[in-house]
Amino acid sequence: MAKRRGWLRETFHKTGSPRWFFRGSRPWMVGLFAVGGVLVLTGSVWGLGFVPPDRLQGDSFRIMYVHVPAVHVAQSVYFAIAVAGVVFLVWRMKMADMFIAAAAPVGLALTAAALATGIVWGMPTWGTGWVWDARTVSTLVLLFLFFGLVALRQALARPERAALAVSLLAVVGVVNLPLIKYSVEWFTTLHQPPSIRIGQKPAIAPVFLGPLACNALGYYCWTAGAVIAALRVRIVEREAGTDWVREWLSGKPA
Amino acid sequence: MALRQAGVTAMSDWLAMGGHGPYVWTAYGISLLALVGICTAPLLRMRGVLRRLRRRWADAVWEGED
Repeated sequence: MAKRRGWLRETFHKTGSPRWFFRGSRPWMVGLFAVGGVLVLTGSVWGLGFVPPDRLQGDSFRIMYVHVPAVHVAQSVYFAIAVAGVVFLVWRMKMADMFIAAAAPVGLALTAAALATGIVWGMPTWGTGWVWDARTVSTLVLLFLFFGLVALRQALARPERAALAVSLLAVVGVVNLPLIKYSVEWFTTLHQPPSIRIGQKPAIAPVFLGPLACNALGYYCWTAGAVIAALRVRIVEREAGTDWVREWLSGKPA
Repeated sequence: MALRQAGVTAMSDWLAMGGHGPYVWTAYGISLLALVGICTAPLLRMRGVLRRLRRRWADAVWEGED
């Protein structure tokens, strides 16, 4: 047990070290982009060309293959940001703050894509792009939260104050996640309830699931790559004055 | 010729997506834009940061500050 805790502590300290992360993260970034790119390409071609149209929605259901992964990954990014917020508030780990700074714009882009594809999907299926109901509004709040995380940091001149304010917002905003999840069950909405639930038989036929699984996994990998790429930029910016960045720039191993 | 014609018809049928073509392709276009954006934005920013840092240090060495 003692040994295990030692290992845990060591991992914690290493993760907190920008230099350690920077040195090891490049292959991960490249690999995640490669795997994610192949998966999303495969899933999209599969979903657009090799799956029969839906009995009720026709071909517009194919939007699901880009809408659902974007929504899921955006919420996961927010959850990761909230965890990083707690880590920053408790331990003042600067890597946690840099993670929030790196991940917030990525989450913003994914939430925007989720809302936009939802609007485009709603037009032929609901007869309207937008309704003010619980699912759409809670997802819109997610967009505003990501925007708030980005804007708040830019609005506060002193980095330490900004880090504190942004982590607080990140932690408080996490109440929105269960709202998004249960919005389709607690309230009457136009949005359908989930078709896939843990421990239950999916409400969609198996033929339709392959591209969804492929794209969901692909979105996760690609987004992880993007967050790592953004975090690497933050690290170099923040550690610009240090010897190891200078050595890395001059071609020596960091 | 007939085969080619059949290919063109199949292609345009596929693009039409049973009348939902504009919706489907717009949604995929938006998604592609978002995915490419979150990848290229940090990579471009890294290039800018490195260029700036290299220039700063080159100047520092030149002026004998280093």
